[in-house]
Amino acid sequence: MEWNFLAVLNDIDLLFLGLVNTLKVTGLALFFGVPLGLVLALSRLSTFKPLSAVAGFIVEFFRTTPPLVQLFWFFFALPILIDVSMTPLIAAVVTFSIQSSAFFAEIFRSGIQSIDKGQWEGAKAIGMTYSQSLSRIILPQAVKRMIPAFMERSIELLKTTTLVSTVAYADLMFQANELAQKTFRPLEVYTIVAVIYLVLIFLCSQFSIWVEHRLAKSGEGTVR
Amino acid sequence: MTEIVRIENLHKSFDNLEVLKGIDLTVNSGETVVLLGSSGSGKSTMLRCVNFMEIPTSGKIYLNGDLVGNERSGKMTYRESELCALRSRIGMVFQHFNLFPHMTVIENVMEGQVIVLGRSKSEAREKAMAQLERVGLAEKAEEYPARLSGGQKQRVAIARALAMDPEVMLFDEVTSALDPELVGEVLKSMRQLAEEGMTMLCVTHELGFAYHVANRVLFLNDGAILEEGEPQKILKTPKTDRMREFLEGHSLFKLPD
Ligand SMILES: Nc1ncnc2c1ncn2[C@@H]1O[C@H](COP(=O)(O)OP(=O)(O)O)[C@@H](O)[C@H]1O
Ligand SMILES: [Mg+2]
Repeated sequence: MEWNFLAVLNDIDLLFLGLVNTLKVTGLALFFGVPLGLVLALSRLSTFKPLSAVAGFIVEFFRTTPPLVQLFWFFFALPILIDVSMTPLIAAVVTFSIQSSAFFAEIFRSGIQSIDKGQWEGAKAIGMTYSQSLSRIILPQAVKRMIPAFMERSIELLKTTTLVSTVAYADLMFQANELAQKTFRPLEVYTIVAVIYLVLIFLCSQFSIWVEHRLAKSGEGTVR
Repeated sequence: MTEIVRIENLHKSFDNLEVLKGIDLTVNSGETVVLLGSSGSGKSTMLRCVNFMEIPTSGKIYLNGDLVGNERSGKMTYRESELCALRSRIGMVFQHFNLFPHMTVIENVMEGQVIVLGRSKSEAREKAMAQLERVGLAEKAEEYPARLSGGQKQRVAIARALAMDPEVMLFDEVTSALDPELVGEVLKSMRQLAEEGMTMLCVTHELGFAYHVANRVLFLNDGAILEEGEPQKILKTPKTDRMREFLEGHSLFKLPD
């Protein structure tokens, strides 16, 4: 067995295209999933019981069912129920936005709950509304504590998006399969793909460490 | 004398626990009223009903002569926006300071002015500095709260409340979490405020403060006001056994003869 990267490197733009698509799905899922996660977390924390129960159900449902089942459901089943045409991209973005929002919801929730009740009181006592207290006082402190869990989850999301190749979305994994078949060089192709993921994830965690350091420097810590 | 706060037949229950059992109190402009009572007697709950951190179960609260909320068929209803506006007019200082740790001292004092009152940043900064000077902490303006002593934190909390130009200040055991040697500086700031004519309602166990600064002392027992009077009288010659026992429990403090 000898390594031969040349054949693979000739068609490296195929992998590059796949990488872009992978980042696109991950980025869009984050873009929609993070705000949706916050909404779910706040709903779940609400004192209005029906809202809290519904949010709790959604969160637990999407955290416990396999992402592949969710993806197939949105891609194959949903168009039967309602008259929508699903492209692989839309199905992927919908699935992973909702799926990761369920996880982000739990991160937001524990972050918000970790903030001392006195912070809400201090904000309320000077006349702040709920949303002012949340955005000015609670979240800035909570988000800081959430960063490690948030990054871990984002990396998890990046890895889970490889599932979209199963609905023929041309992500990095899908392109790798194509290239492997075209070149008969699965060893080289999948090695390169593994290295790409490794580098991506390494960059993400470096970024996370950098952000944490910056925030730590900009003040105080979180002691009262 | 004009009344600032009037409490009428205030009741508050948590589930089945009746904590306040019909409180009536009027605090006049410039008055300092001290609220005494043993732990669990409902002092904090009463204070928190005044600025609606807790919603009274029944009864009425007036601020500056205006009834808070709307009366509908004998029951009070409150809109959250009205309550936020009300809270911005009432200063509250807590036992545990509740400063915002992610903001500097001056940002803490500016926050409510800018976000709630809509003051410009420069105006808020100016007012914040003035209040910090008032409590003797102007030089700590750019520090984060974590770098201050407990006494300094509490004085910042007082400045934060004062910066909103409150009509009345509520103090809930603001020296109870402090090391003994830091209590004095906070009491000094409070005394100075009282002398400047601020209207104050204070829960405290500092009988010396009550004796020397208060215009009136109330003794709360089991959710009702048991005794009320001038500090020089009520602290020396309480009428009820219950209050006498309470004062004896505070024998660490010796009243001047
Ligand atoms: N949010 C709450 N929920 C349930 N019970 C409460 C709550 N706040 C206070 N209580 C109860 O009300 C009683 C009076 O409490 P509090 O007003 O804090 O007393 P004090 O300040 O005089 O020590 C206590 O028995 C306390 O357990
Ligand atoms: Mg109390």
